[in-house]
Amino acid sequence: MTTPEPDEILDCLGQRCPLPVIALARRLPELPVGAVIRVLADDPAAAVDIPAWCRMRQQEFLGTAGTAHHIRRRR
Amino acid sequence: MTGWTRLGSVPTPERGDPGPAETITSADVIPSPVYLDAATAAPLHPVARQALLAALDDGWTDPDRLYAPARRARQLLDAAREAAADTLGVRPDELSFTASGTTAAHSAVLGGLAGRRRTGAALVHSAIEHSAVLHAAERHVAGGGTATSVPVDRLGRLDLDAWSAAVTRPRVALAALIAASHEVGTVQPVDAAVSTCFAAGVPLYVDAAQVVGRMPVPAGWSVLSASARKWGGPPGVGLLVVRKGTRWESPWPADEHESGRAPGTVNLPAVVAAAASLRAAAADAATEAARLSPLVDRIRARVAAEVPDVEVVGDPEHRLPHLVTFSCLYVDGEALLHALDRRGFAVSSGSSCTSSTLRPSHVLEAMGVLSHGNVRVSLHRDTTEADVDRFLAELPGIVADLRAQAGVVGL
Repeated sequence: MTTPEPDEILDCLGQRCPLPVIALARRLPELPVGAVIRVLADDPAAAVDIPAWCRMRQQEFLGTAGTAHHIRRRR
Repeated sequence: MTGWTRLGSVPTPERGDPGPAETITSADVIPSPVYLDAATAAPLHPVARQALLAALDDGWTDPDRLYAPARRARQLLDAAREAAADTLGVRPDELSFTASGTTAAHSAVLGGLAGRRRTGAALVHSAIEHSAVLHAAERHVAGGGTATSVPVDRLGRLDLDAWSAAVTRPRVALAALIAASHEVGTVQPVDAAVSTCFAAGVPLYVDAAQVVGRMPVPAGWSVLSASARKWGGPPGVGLLVVRKGTRWESPWPADEHESGRAPGTVNLPAVVAAAASLRAAAADAATEAARLSPLVDRIRARVAAEVPDVEVVGDPEHRLPHLVTFSCLYVDGEALLHALDRRGFAVSSGSSCTSSTLRPSHVLEAMGVLSHGNVRVSLHRDTTEADVDRFLAELPGIVADLRAQAGVVGL
């Protein structure tokens, strides 16, 4: 996957789950539809929980590169 | 207090001893405990307790010695082996007692690989095996072997096409499949996996820890392991079954106990209790499954309906009769466990914050489902409908309180 250029970067490094997911849930609705957010999170659970959150909230999970997780606001 | 009868003896309160009187205020009242973690260890079955106490008197001598008390111990061990083998539908000489379910799993994997090392050094296993199997696989890989992990779908069901592709590759020495997931309850397509293995000439090891004593055990496997504390036997007893004709070689230093499959003297009283309770649990299994399975359905339905933003995971139909798992969005799993514990509910969790490695459950990860705020509820023969209803009545409020404290309501 090519790493998408984000409109915003959310630094959650060092935070334990569910905190990165909560930060994403707070911030994404404030961005316009179509915007891409990069969540930096090194808790291994984030790699599982961010895609799961996108599925539950019908948001678009673009992929993970290392500790960078990319999400596009779909609705 | 009674029990101080002999100098030097360990004082033990009599059963039902109320202990010293204390002033209890209403705020301190803890509701009667509800134990819902049978998938870790079921409460000791009354038959196990009875057999254990009886066997303590006769079962302390070494069954391998040649004097009269040892012969009595040998009779107990032989009877226990015959009972366990009969319950599982195998020959007594195919069944060994091990020091735990974990040891049995290690022996199954490493012994199955060692016995087929001339064929190859490839191990195939599902992505949702018990950590004991995965740790044995890691040891195998560290020693120069290979291991292929076969994925599961969102419900935790084995990908049979990927399984077939992996098993039919050359040089596969052993395949390992859990009969039903210990974390999410999904029953695996063991019959189909057996057919593939049989056609490829690859022996299959089945980890049957969650099904033995609860459900019919699938047929066609070469090696099987189980754990007594899952069916109400005492802790510290595992079963390792190696079918006749299977190339299995002990991974342990040479030892004559248990047909050379499990080193060290068995804990005979515990083994006797394990075998007696296995027979009792298997006899009641269909009745218990018919009683517990609707309670699991009730938990699945009401948790999904009454707790907002919750993901009930695992296969809703092809599942264990006694186990259900769900994850609550934005909730810290450790905080949820402690909050439930304060209300008297004992459950376990696959969330990373509750594990010593701080990694989320590899099972939830393989399924791609939410791993935080995770709760596994597993029922047993003492679980009542009232226990389940009280849990269901209290859970929504407990989750709501935790979300309010974390400031995540409405996210």
